[in-house]
Parts: sequence; structure tokens; C-alpha cells
Amino acid sequence: MGCWMVLGLMLPAVAAPEATPDVLVKNVTNEVLEIVRKDKDIQAGNQKRTQELIDTKILPNFNFNRMTALAVGRDWRQATPDQQKSLVAEFRTLLVRTYSNALTAYKDQTVEFKPFRMQAGETDVLVRSQVVQPGGKPISIDYNLEKTGESWKVYDVIVGGVSLVTNYRGTFASEVRNGGVDGLIKTLQTKNRSLDKVSLTRIEQQ
Amino acid sequence: MKISSLARNIATLALAAAMAGLLGGCATSGNPRDPIEGFNRAMFSFNEGLDKVIIKPVAQGYEAVLPEIGRTGVSNFFSNISDVFIAVNNLLQGKLAEAVSDVGRVLINSTIGILGLIDVASDAGLEKHNEDFGQTFGRWGVGDGAYVVLPVFGPRTARDTVGLAVDLYADPVGHIDHIRTRNSLIVLRAISDRAELLKIDKIIEEAALDKYSYVRDAYLQRRRSLIHDGNPPREMGSLLEDGEDSTGKLSADFMREPLEAATSILFVSSDEVLELKTAEGDTRKAVIDETGGMPAPVREATEPQAGLDRERDETIAAVLIN
Repeated sequence: MGCWMVLGLMLPAVAAPEATPDVLVKNVTNEVLEIVRKDKDIQAGNQKRTQELIDTKILPNFNFNRMTALAVGRDWRQATPDQQKSLVAEFRTLLVRTYSNALTAYKDQTVEFKPFRMQAGETDVLVRSQVVQPGGKPISIDYNLEKTGESWKVYDVIVGGVSLVTNYRGTFASEVRNGGVDGLIKTLQTKNRSLDKVSLTRIEQQ
Repeated sequence: MKISSLARNIATLALAAAMAGLLGGCATSGNPRDPIEGFNRAMFSFNEGLDKVIIKPVAQGYEAVLPEIGRTGVSNFFSNISDVFIAVNNLLQGKLAEAVSDVGRVLINSTIGILGLIDVASDAGLEKHNEDFGQTFGRWGVGDGAYVVLPVFGPRTARDTVGLAVDLYADPVGHIDHIRTRNSLIVLRAISDRAELLKIDKIIEEAALDKYSYVRDAYLQRRRSLIHDGNPPREMGSLLEDGEDSTGKLSADFMREPLEAATSILFVSSDEVLELKTAEGDTRKAVIDETGGMPAPVREATEPQAGLDRERDETIAAVLIN
């Protein structure tokens, strides 16, 4: 713990242009948790504020194209570019919501990072962390990152051994089998809209 | 209501749900790991109903009444008891250091931690482990078998169902002679466990397109991860990415050939062969164009080769290159 805090202090000087993937995940996690803990609006369940936080701090570090391709699996290639675009947009909405729910639910947590090793030239790595919550068992959260160009992007988040991305494969595949790629897009849209309604009524009730 | 009669009523209802599932013509989507999907879906909705009407409200009440420090104490108390057989399971899996650490946890928490109410050992750096007999059997090479949703207990695989039976048999709480104390403790533990999961409910509810298959796939992934103590071997995709430059095309062709199944069998242990066979019907490899126009890296649609570890990945890569 103390060790990587020291590391964190040293880092800006050493690795400014090209942060290593573990440092990237650590910085983003700490920054986001810091904001969540301080921001009363987010704690009260203000979806708009949470959304803003995610849009500015988290989304730029995620590769949603890759995530969607992984979740859709073999059917991805038979989707037209337009269909792919819709799939990415809808899946992003769904994942962001899941992620923001998790974020607000576990705001009392502390996050510890496990030792990270990376060989020179590697372009696909796993950064491992653990969420320690008062009065509950620790939950592991691992991030798969891929280097595209000069920057590292997250393409999978694995919570307690469960990949938030590949866990959709089975459902997506059977949706495509039943209604084609458009069927899957429609199901995702319906899901996202129904969730919008739920959060709207929640806001109205408040 | 007495616990015994409550249990009997629940059993009757579960049986009815099971019959409905069997008779109702199975709505099977053909997932090879879930051959009795019709039955499982019926049992899943039965469990959901039970949870909604009884278990969840009780857990919410428990959360409302008991302050966090009290709930932590209860959770720690049962966690301490479970450490005893977590130690046994680690021993059975040949993980001596972990077993010793588990015994240390029990000794420290039962004394300094006041009968296990305070988890002093975790603060002292003795990590809590997650083991059960299902995982031990998995470690020994027993395959998952079919996915099954049990009444009340919920998702299991065939292997984990046997594991659960042994877990229940070995459960120290179940062996308390004073019946009322025993039953109260069993109920309290169930409520405490459920209360810990309350936060996850909403997340799953909003994340899942189809809650049944979301929970099923998450369960199967999680068990695989637990059997490997959080370090499950990477899927086949990693091999292809690693070797892409030199063998990309070869790998891609290889992935589409039935030959690949045969070759892989040489490198996998019994449980993985079973996975391979069951996954064969439905799941073919995927060639995914992830960047829309860039050369397509090859990924797997599911995980027939799931059990391959890095060394074996490299062995296969070596075989391919030569």
C-alpha cells in the first residue's frame, strides 16, 4: 500500500506521456472514488452527475468497439458497419449504467491493487485489483487492457471472476439466432429505454 | 411458522415448479452446458418468487434493524466457522500454505477476535480464502457436468451439487445437537448471506437482458475462476494474439478446422475434454473484425479450450509453428 503511494508520487516525472496500464487504472480508480466520496449529489443517486463523471473520467479509457465485438462474438462480422455502430452505442449505454450502479453501490470501498508485472513490448495485459468493503467479503476487479497506438484502453472488466463483457455472449448469440443482428439491437434498445423510464420515475418521486 | 413445516411447504412448491418445467415443453435455446434449461428456468423463477416474497424482505429488515457493526460481527462469526472447512479443502487440494493460514485465522479470530466476531486475522495479513468441496472436486479434475438450478440453493453444476451435499454434511453448524440453536443459526446465516448480496440485486437486474441466462453464465464463469483461485487460464484468443505476426493465418485456418479439436485434446485434462465435447455442437470459433476494416484477429465464441494454461498455449503455439 505505502509502496505504491510512493510510486505514485514519483510517477509524474518518470512516465508523463505514456502511463503504464496499471498506473492508468490506479489513477482513474482513485480519482473517480475521490470524487464519488466527496460529491453529495452522486451519493444521493443523482444519475446525471454520475453520468458526467463517467463520461469525462472513465469512458475515454474504454475501447467500446472491442468490448462490443467480444460480447457479440462470431456474429459481429456478419453485422453491417451501421449495425455495428448501433450495437456499440446500445451496449455502451448498458455497460455504463451497470458500471455506475456498481460505483455508487460500493462507495465505502477501498481499492487495493495487486502487484503488476509487464514484459517490454507487451500490448495486452491484466491489471488486478481488489475491493475491500467493510462488513463484506473482498471482491476482485480485474481489467484487461490493450495498447492501441500510444494509449492503453480497457476492453474487459472482470468482477469476482465474471467478465462484464463476455457474460453477454450466450444471450447475444441466442438473440441473433432468433431475430438476427437487428433483433439484438432492438432488444438492447428496449432494455435501455425501459431503464431510462425507471430512472425517470425515480427522479420524479424524489 | 415452524422451520420444518416451512421447509416442507417450500419443498412441495419447488416440486410443483419442477413438474411445470418438465411438462411445459422445455424452452431450450440449445446451450450445450444447460441441457435441462426448461426445468432450470422453472426452478429459477420459483427461487425468484421465494426470494421476493420471503428471503429478500427478511434480509432487508435485518439490514434495517441491525447496524453495520452488528452485521459485520454476524458475518465474521459464520465466516470464522467456515474457515475450518476451507482449511480442510485447501489441504485436500494440496495447498498446504493456504491451509496453515486458514488454521491460523481460526485460532486468531476465535480467541483475540472474540469467538470470530472480529476478523483480526485479515487485518494481520492472513487472507480469507474461498473454498468448498465443489472447487476441490474441480481441482481434482472432475468436470462441471450439466448446469442445474436447485430449489432454494440456486445455481449449481452437477459437480457442485455433489460438492454442496458434502459441504452440508461437513457443516459444523449442522452438527449442533441443540436443535433450536442449530436452526436459528442456520436461518441467521442465510439471512446474513442474503443481506450481503442486496446491493448486487439492482446491478444484475439492470445489466441483464435475460436474468436467467445472465445469472447462469456468471455462475459458470465465477466457478471456473474460483477453482483456479482467481487466476483462470486465459482463453485461446490470447494464443492467437501472441502468435499473430508469425502464425496469424495458420492459426486462423487452424481455428476453423475440426482437426483443432482433436489436437487440443492432446493438451487438456479430463474436465476440459468434457467442456470441449459439450461446447462442440453450438460454439464455433469466431473471426471477429473488431476495428471495422483492420485485419481480423481471431477470437473464440465460447470457451471450449477454456482450461488451457499459458504453458500449454505455448506448447500448442510451438506445435503450430513447427
